Amino acid sequence: MGDFTTTELMSIFAMQGFAGISLFSVLLLMALGLAIIFGQMGVINMAHGEFMTIGAYTTFFMSEFAVSYGMVDIYFPFAIIASFLIAFIVGYLVELGLIRHLYQRPLDTLLATWGLSLIMQQLFRSTFGAREVSPTLPDWMLGSVQPTETIDIPINGLFVLGLTIVLTAGVFYFLFKSKRGVHVRATTQNRLMAGAVGINTKRVDRITFALGCGIAGVAGAAFTTIASTGPTTGSLYIVDTFMVVVFGGAASLFGTIASAFSIAEAQSIMEFFISGSMAKVLTLLFVVGILMMRPEGLFASKIRK
Amino acid sequence: MKLRVRNQLRIAVRHSLLALTFTFCTLGTLATAAPATSKVNTTDLAVTDDSVTVGILHSLTGTMAISETGSVEAEKLAIEQINKSGGVLGRQIKIIVEDGASDWPTFAEKAKKLLVKDKTAAVFGAWTSASRKAVLPVFEKENGLLYYPTFYEGLEQSHNVFYTGQEATQQILAGLDWASKTLKAKKFYLIGSDYIWPRTSMKIARKHIEKVLKGTVVDEQYYPLGHTQFGSLINKIKLKKPDVIFAAVVGGSNVAFFKQLNAAGLTAKRQPLLTISVTEDEVLGIGGENLEGFYSSMKYFQALDLPGNKKFVQEFKNKWGNDSVIGDVTESAYLGPWLWKWAVEKAGSFDVDKVVKASENLEWKDSPHGYLKVDKNHHLWMKTRIGQWKRDGQAKIVFESDVIKPDPFPKGYQ
Repeated sequence: MGDFTTTELMSIFAMQGFAGISLFSVLLLMALGLAIIFGQMGVINMAHGEFMTIGAYTTFFMSEFAVSYGMVDIYFPFAIIASFLIAFIVGYLVELGLIRHLYQRPLDTLLATWGLSLIMQQLFRSTFGAREVSPTLPDWMLGSVQPTETIDIPINGLFVLGLTIVLTAGVFYFLFKSKRGVHVRATTQNRLMAGAVGINTKRVDRITFALGCGIAGVAGAAFTTIASTGPTTGSLYIVDTFMVVVFGGAASLFGTIASAFSIAEAQSIMEFFISGSMAKVLTLLFVVGILMMRPEGLFASKIRK
Repeated sequence: MKLRVRNQLRIAVRHSLLALTFTFCTLGTLATAAPATSKVNTTDLAVTDDSVTVGILHSLTGTMAISETGSVEAEKLAIEQINKSGGVLGRQIKIIVEDGASDWPTFAEKAKKLLVKDKTAAVFGAWTSASRKAVLPVFEKENGLLYYPTFYEGLEQSHNVFYTGQEATQQILAGLDWASKTLKAKKFYLIGSDYIWPRTSMKIARKHIEKVLKGTVVDEQYYPLGHTQFGSLINKIKLKKPDVIFAAVVGGSNVAFFKQLNAAGLTAKRQPLLTISVTEDEVLGIGGENLEGFYSSMKYFQALDLPGNKKFVQEFKNKWGNDSVIGDVTESAYLGPWLWKWAVEKAGSFDVDKVVKASENLEWKDSPHGYLKVDKNHHLWMKTRIGQWKRDGQAKIVFESDVIKPDPFPKGYQ
């Protein structure tokens, strides 16, 4: 490293720091929806990635619409809202038609949702075509911010980071401050008792599931800025998503955050020094190792069985 | 290692008697244009007096459908055109389409069905190296005929396969020579997805850079298929400051790689990049604005200004819609049915062994990508071009090589 100036090394250090934080926000954004569905409801939703894809396609069609009406600069926030709503509605219907019949059978849910994910992928392919598409992004979202001559901070990374913060805060507010959130937590902790005190637990389930799907839709919309949009895009994320949620401890939102942070930092630091494939292997080993010591994940859930 | 199948004898013995009988019976009808079925088909293929059946075997579902759809479209177009122009040996081509479903054992199973049950005279298909490796033993055992469209890593040659895309050295060496000469590149950064094609390609590239171009490889990195986070990689690139990035990243990773490269300020102005994995198909997903100014090394670009290509592009769009884009592999897939037709007519027979023999030194002067010739090693002689991507998703051709002899087993590069 002889031929680098101190400033250059410092810049790389700063950018690498941001790369870690950026990966953290991506992982957290992916996992947030699943943390609600899997963590709060215990449903292993293998179709989670496809709900992200719904968001991504919604964003793509909004962008096509925006291009033809000359509204490219402002459409993105609306695309995010639309992605949330559409994924929410689809999630609601899926719960109504499929998931609610399988609450007592977690392994069957796994198979059923995996089947659902295949069906959704093929639906995307048949309706929107097999080729990958790319939404037209507003100019303000392209390129990078340069605080100094040698540091580039990607704007899309900042955008995802901001969105993740807002969404996480929103989820916390919903779960811990709102009345509906109390219902959700009560149902999670003791379904029978929650029903006994007059909470419509079936309705709570439906809303919770739909909400998780809606959040996945938002994640999908955000990821169009950094990655691909195609029928099988969702499958790129599903493994990482489950890893984050399981590693964090299924029923704990704090756990999900801590887990996303540690996985992201471990991976991005290792990737810098060793090859990408090896970094992934070591990250997985690290996760497996910790899970062997703490089977319930980083933050143990305190659920009464 | 050359793989050769010798079962001509078995087939010849079994059918010679039958053929003889038929020849006598059909002598009376020889006045028509089409030669007698018994003469052109001595190996019991699905050939009748007015039709011949071929197979198309690609992934219509699953992850690879993204890439393989274009190939299916091109093959169907070529077959339709051949039928309009009178078919092959006076016979109309019938197609049986099978779905490999992005799953390699399924490919092998469907290949077997196409050869054993349907007795197809030729099959156009397979896309990834993995699917080709899966069907190869089937084609060799059943003595079938496969036209394989994708540019690939080389190190393979079979009696039963024609490779209509480029093998690795054709695509890579000319590209690197160009980068060294025109971009004055000395320091190269190699990046690929982690599987056989990028790994083999980078091995060849490294040898060429170090031994022939006397340059250095500052780093060589592989990422798992489906990897979408390239933040750390981009910082490593910034630290090593290569003259050129040489990339073979595929699928969803490809899209993420270019989007993030651009967002991190590594635009073409700051960091030249040459890739062997981006065609017009990929540009749709990556977005022209993220690729603007970067280079691809390919034999074919949709923007090629050749009469054969203009006609091809027009007819492709007429059939599959005006928005269609045509990438390198799609064009390779289009070559297959034509090369087969001409070989069959040169051989005067649908028999696989005769078609294979007749294919040697077959030339096509005005194919969409210009002159090509079938080598006796079953690969094609062709040019390599460097295209520079524009915002609208089309390439500007900045360099064109001479016609390059295919060399699937390059000495000193393994």
